[in-house]
Amino acid sequence: MRHLLSAADLDRATAIELLDIASRMAATQGREIKKLPTLRGRTVVNLFFEDSTRTRISFETAAKRLSADVINFSAKGSSVSKGESLKDTALTLQAMGADAVVIRHQASGAPHRLAHAGWLGSAVINAGDGTHQHPTQALLDAFTLRRHLVGDADNPDGVGRDLAGRTVAIVGDVLHSRVARSNVQLLHTLGARVTLVAPPTLVPVGVEGWTCDASYHLDEVIETEKPDAIMMLRVQRERMGGEGGGPGTGTGFFPSPLEYTRSYGLDARRLAMLPEHAIVMHPGPMNRGLEISADAADSPRAVIVEQVANGVAVRMAVLYRLLAGEREAWA
Amino acid sequence: MVPAIEPESSGTDVLAAADIGRALTRIAHEILERNKGATDLVLLGIPTRGLPLAHRLAAKIAEVEPGVEAARIAGSLDVTMYRDDLHRHPTRTIEETQLPDGVADLDDRVVVLVDDVLFSGRTIRAALDALGELGRPRAVQLAVLVDRGHRELPIRADFVGKNLPTAVGEQVRVRLVETDGTDSVRIEGGRR
Repeated sequence: MRHLLSAADLDRATAIELLDIASRMAATQGREIKKLPTLRGRTVVNLFFEDSTRTRISFETAAKRLSADVINFSAKGSSVSKGESLKDTALTLQAMGADAVVIRHQASGAPHRLAHAGWLGSAVINAGDGTHQHPTQALLDAFTLRRHLVGDADNPDGVGRDLAGRTVAIVGDVLHSRVARSNVQLLHTLGARVTLVAPPTLVPVGVEGWTCDASYHLDEVIETEKPDAIMMLRVQRERMGGEGGGPGTGTGFFPSPLEYTRSYGLDARRLAMLPEHAIVMHPGPMNRGLEISADAADSPRAVIVEQVANGVAVRMAVLYRLLAGEREAWA
Repeated sequence: MVPAIEPESSGTDVLAAADIGRALTRIAHEILERNKGATDLVLLGIPTRGLPLAHRLAAKIAEVEPGVEAARIAGSLDVTMYRDDLHRHPTRTIEETQLPDGVADLDDRVVVLVDDVLFSGRTIRAALDALGELGRPRAVQLAVLVDRGHRELPIRADFVGKNLPTAVGEQVRVRLVETDGTDSVRIEGGRR
């Protein structure tokens, strides 16, 4: 494994290996001294062309806990706002000797281009590209699911196991969601059954070809599928067009926020319909009151904050797997 | 630790199951003797094969020392993330670090590190770094089943099952029932 660009690149064995490493990493994060010397002298560049709080901080924390040097780059306030191309930015990073580049970009496929264009010799990690992929989010979701649904008293993290037989409902703005795409692929690889639930306008064309089911009716899915976990997606208004940025813009995909909430929001009533053991997930940031009510977001069954904590362990595992081994000859 | 690809027939058995058992019994008594009992004692096995050895030593100590439970003195210590040779090998699997039941940290404990083969000493150096993040032990000692020489660092073992003079090119292969289905120590390969 040279890069991590897509959840589809991970086979079952590699995915389980990454989750197992993450479990070891998570164990070290409960200690008083959390820092490990493993990646001392390596440089990780966070290349963020799109706004992000948790993913950037999570990658930064992960790299620092492994003693790597971290350089943060955000498009705002850099030469990108002066019109520098991705290629020239990449060549600059190459000249500075980055060992890994974590990239988030608004254009789908930008990480792939960066990894395969021959501009860079370093490992490339996709931290979200357009509406395409967000593999580390899928890994941290799988890690959280495995801990809650597979782990037992002897093996709380379910080390060595997959998610066979578990059902997950992914609800909301599937159309714009790279999280949904990555999760569908990874969870299927790990043996889970995924059902996507969204209004017809937010179901992507060609979803029949995905390794999952799709439905327009949330209540029906909760009743018939009895999902072990329900993952609420953020309604991504910034990708929906429309003018301005205030509330009420970008709702061309559904009649009104209120109607969306009624049909697809997770509220106290739907929370009560879920099986006893089911967990509630959200990749964040949440639109409280739109796709998820405060009752659901703050309920003890919500593992949303834990997802963030697991994100650090999972990203440590990815950095370890890509950077700690033998340096392959650079092409 | 040692990549063994030599055919079975090229080796010489140096320790059989009974020899390993006797060596561990002796080490268990030496540990008790040196530390005047098992107070504050923690045995940490270094995965893969140091771990079963630590559990066997703990069981032997629990047999002879009243009031000692094996599960309360034996644990594991993974050193992978502290190695200085990570970039020279393919990515290594990280194993579990688990302190014994009822032990929260290593402050003021007497820690005995347990490993199968002592060779360059680099694993033990990494283990000392790993220990530092779990507390400040009163003393750290080292028990190994085989000391094969060729140290690259100023490290020595306190308790040794067998000193085994070897050539650098030879491989010492420890097999244990828990990990390999049989107990034996062989020297393989090398040009004498």
